[in-house]
Amino acid sequence: MANLKTTEKKTKAQSMGLHTEVLTGKTQQKFFNPDEAENFYYWGTYDVDFNKRTELDVNDMDCKEANKKIDELMSQGYGTIVIKNPQGKHSLGVGILNKLNLIFEGSLGYFGVGSIDGPTVRVNGRVGWSCAENMMAGKVVIEKNAGSCFGAAVRGGDLICKGSVGARTGIDQKGGTIIIGGDAGAFTGFMMQRGRIVVLGNVGINLGDSMYDGTIYVGGKIGSYGSDAIESPMTKSDIDWLKRKLKVAEIGENFDVSKMTKVVAGKKLWNYDALEPTEKKGAI
Amino acid sequence: MCGIAGLIHRGKSSNVGQELQGMLQALKHRGEDSTGYALYGDTDGQNFIMRFKVGENVGEGSSSVMEDVSVYDERKKIVDSYLSQMGAKIVKEERILPYSLRYEIDYDKGDLLEFSQKIESIPGVEILSMGKSLEVIKDLGNAKTVCDRYNLGDLVGTHAIGHARMATESGVDIKSAHPFWGYPFSDVSVVHNGQLTNYWNNRRILENKGMRFMSECDSELIAVYLAEKMRNGATLEEGMKDSLSGLDGVFTYFVATKNSLGMAKDTMAAKPLVLYESDDLVAMGSEEIAIRSVLPQEIDTYDPFDGEVKVWQI
Repeated sequence: MANLKTTEKKTKAQSMGLHTEVLTGKTQQKFFNPDEAENFYYWGTYDVDFNKRTELDVNDMDCKEANKKIDELMSQGYGTIVIKNPQGKHSLGVGILNKLNLIFEGSLGYFGVGSIDGPTVRVNGRVGWSCAENMMAGKVVIEKNAGSCFGAAVRGGDLICKGSVGARTGIDQKGGTIIIGGDAGAFTGFMMQRGRIVVLGNVGINLGDSMYDGTIYVGGKIGSYGSDAIESPMTKSDIDWLKRKLKVAEIGENFDVSKMTKVVAGKKLWNYDALEPTEKKGAI
Repeated sequence: MCGIAGLIHRGKSSNVGQELQGMLQALKHRGEDSTGYALYGDTDGQNFIMRFKVGENVGEGSSSVMEDVSVYDERKKIVDSYLSQMGAKIVKEERILPYSLRYEIDYDKGDLLEFSQKIESIPGVEILSMGKSLEVIKDLGNAKTVCDRYNLGDLVGTHAIGHARMATESGVDIKSAHPFWGYPFSDVSVVHNGQLTNYWNNRRILENKGMRFMSECDSELIAVYLAEKMRNGATLEEGMKDSLSGLDGVFTYFVATKNSLGMAKDTMAAKPLVLYESDDLVAMGSEEIAIRSVLPQEIDTYDPFDGEVKVWQI
């Protein structure tokens, strides 16, 4: 049995009641108990009403002011927020951790709607580099084109671009689905680890370079494969899943998915299947 | 990290000085060590416009060594006498700052190489641009500072490219600032965002072929590289396509001539560029906010792909 003892040194976090781990030695994990659910609070989230709608003109705001205002509106229970005049500003709509209908009437700059966990976002314009980076859950739909690093390191949710995207789409992707209606640039799926990327158009060079795992489906031509990426036969479950996803994505419903090319990792570069389920979550 | 921006008005002239100032100022967070403009103004095409410097700006965080201002006057006198010796007549002379001058020159012998070599043989003198439409203005500070200092707000023309610089590879001084003139070609200028990793190899090769470098800024290589290709008969577009394999590293660059403007993006697509194109106007920049400063209405923009080269005619 591990040598368990209570740590005596109180950190500031412990004194504030924010830290529950009191053991040293081999980590003793405390699992979630539904009976204690009321003790858990997801910081920075709000209960919002989707029928409560408002508009916010951010033309004269910088990104900090705009994001603070969105947060304020959510705290007042607004569940549908329409952002007017985003004007290509960076980092708008980031860090939203609750359900929300967020609509941008215009284009976003870099790092739009990054680190979100739950909202449904529609951008009636274009997005710059690194849109929805580190997204955990939710749905993001871009009506026009997107820049490079689209969906970098996403962990979950659906990220859809109806137009074309730049290079390194889904770089370091760890889960979720990225769907592109047009073409994608070089290094699509670069170092992806989990999840799926669907490109209905053509892709550039070095597709799936250094990918660990995950699946890429391509409808058009492939510039070239990256190292470790190989073709794999399409299965019925692939086709069924693609049909379902494209319908949900409001994109390419009549697209013949059976003719798509499926690309997977050709080498086993990972070993996290050998881990315990709880450890696996941490690894990916 | 630097920012680049450019625009072309097709079939008409506009206040490109003010427009480019707005685009570059929107990108100032990408670097404000120095800012440079290459403006293609409306001229009668009779005389050459020579922008040159006889010293450096030693304020505003400059890495240059301070000189006695009296040497600027001495250098100017030698420039004037050399121009006279070469049969170049000064039609109009403006001394915007003690170290920065603009001459309109009546010079009908076409060989700018010999001309430039003679002028730049004077220590401390550098021609920033030479052409019948092009004017390169570059100095330390952000876009608004430079625009105000040189009164660029009223400059009317057809197209322009510019650069907001965060100095990484070389000093904070005017000689390392962009745009670079495509020496010795009239009306050719280049701005670049990125890093070239085979700069020294290429520089040695090009210097052995008689090409001239004025700074240690890797971006200057692009101007010299393209100039050497054009000297050997290549078109601008051919030179740019060749640069995708000849230059190693990450880059997005613009090159402009009297009648055209082009962009090239490396095969890794590691440096950003957003593009807007219509029948009347082409506008591009490192970030969409640069384009928004001239086109606030909702427009369709896109990122060019890796290894893409585009050239637009005026």
